[in-house]
Amino acid sequence: MNYHWNWHVFWEPAPNGTGTYLDMLLSGLVLTIETAICAWIIALIFGAVIGVLRTLPSKAGSWVGFAYVEFFRNMPLLVQLFLWFFVLPEILPHSWGLWMKQMSNAPFYTAAIGIGLFMSARVAEQTRAGITSLPRGQKLAATALGLTTAQTYRYVLLPMTFRIMLPPLTSEFLSTIKNTSVAITIGLIELTAEARAMQEFSFQVFEAFTAATILYLLVNIVVVIAMRFVERGLAIPGYITGK
Amino acid sequence: MIEINHVDKWYGPHFQALKDCTTSVAKGEVVVVCGPSGSGKSTLIKCVNALEPFQSGEIILDGIRVNDPKTNLPKLRARVGMVFQHFELFPHLKILENLCLAQQKVLGRSHDEAVAKGSKLLDRVGLKDHATKYPAELSGGQQQRVAIARALAMDPIAMLFDEPTSALDPEMISEVLDVMVDLAREGMTMMVVTHEMGFASKVAHRVIFMDQGEIVEDAPKDDFFGKPRSDRAQKFLSKILSH
Repeated sequence: MNYHWNWHVFWEPAPNGTGTYLDMLLSGLVLTIETAICAWIIALIFGAVIGVLRTLPSKAGSWVGFAYVEFFRNMPLLVQLFLWFFVLPEILPHSWGLWMKQMSNAPFYTAAIGIGLFMSARVAEQTRAGITSLPRGQKLAATALGLTTAQTYRYVLLPMTFRIMLPPLTSEFLSTIKNTSVAITIGLIELTAEARAMQEFSFQVFEAFTAATILYLLVNIVVVIAMRFVERGLAIPGYITGK
Repeated sequence: MIEINHVDKWYGPHFQALKDCTTSVAKGEVVVVCGPSGSGKSTLIKCVNALEPFQSGEIILDGIRVNDPKTNLPKLRARVGMVFQHFELFPHLKILENLCLAQQKVLGRSHDEAVAKGSKLLDRVGLKDHATKYPAELSGGQQQRVAIARALAMDPIAMLFDEPTSALDPEMISEVLDVMVDLAREGMTMMVVTHEMGFASKVAHRVIFMDQGEIVEDAPKDDFFGKPRSDRAQKFLSKILSH
């Protein structure tokens, strides 16, 4: 292989006029992180609500939850993003579709919402599993004290559920970060897209993707370490993972 | 205080858990419910505060029909204390917080009022030094005493006990029974599912014997222990008193 290694390429100016190649990658990283955080907030909120819905005695509620989860987790993420980005504006009334197509930052919103909903189905399953893993007596005890169903979830069941869920939630957050790279296909210029752009401008394919790999790795390591601290901070003395 | 009239309960179409159960507990009376496992005694006591629904008959608690759809169940349940076999303290809350949660959220007491009441009751069950510990740091007997204090903090008009000592090591049973005996002597209305015949003979006014979902015998304590009328109760007593 006749490859010309050049690790100094990161400090050379990029032809798109935004600074060096390193600046280019870092701006992609920022967008990756922003997209991931927005998607994660959506995933947590929708996932928690749907997960709780599936544990309520209401038949209709649990059917809605079931349909939601199976819809969002059984379709490839790529297809879902295409549906939101290319198909939805066409099937909406003309003026709405036009508004969506002309929206600035449309790839960002689509990616955050699309990835958020995709991940929310998985968070919902974790939530449901967490709630059903608690002893049945916890709900009975809270009910017997006169707490309403909403209060029982808010003060008794969910605080324990989220503690149990923290390790799997960490994995889900890591998946969310990695899944943002799929958004390259709808034109989001995040880290993977910037690495590809750098490769096309400079022909330094190995350097570009090595850098992208390291950046992804660093972000995820930071998340893993941060979640460890959260887990330790929330651990209950004497209980499961407690001190 | 508690009137149970012709209560039938089925689990599914084929299994009848309660068959035409009728009994009552007067104010200040202590009634012990015993019987072999699967006889429906826990189910019966859970019907009293509507933790379990039943299909026909009625239960009247302090003049209020439990199975009336118009009854505000959380409000009614808050007036009846319940103690469970597996304690069911809330593991993420400190001992004192376990006692305060429902006082504040259900009865609307201020934080200071709840803490004052909770501390007083912890002192009463001999655990005031443990107020800032978590449930998992306490022994089973201590946890059950906390659970009794938690129920008493709601100023209940009656107390229900569902096998309060059957999950405890033998050396811890008496510390829980002592608290219950004191409570009975102070005139608390109590319905107690238990196999502790020593407790029954010491403080019970009446003993109810259940088998296969039916109330087989409902007699004053001395009659029950002196000469149970039914064969089934005689057999049961000879089995549990023979050792």
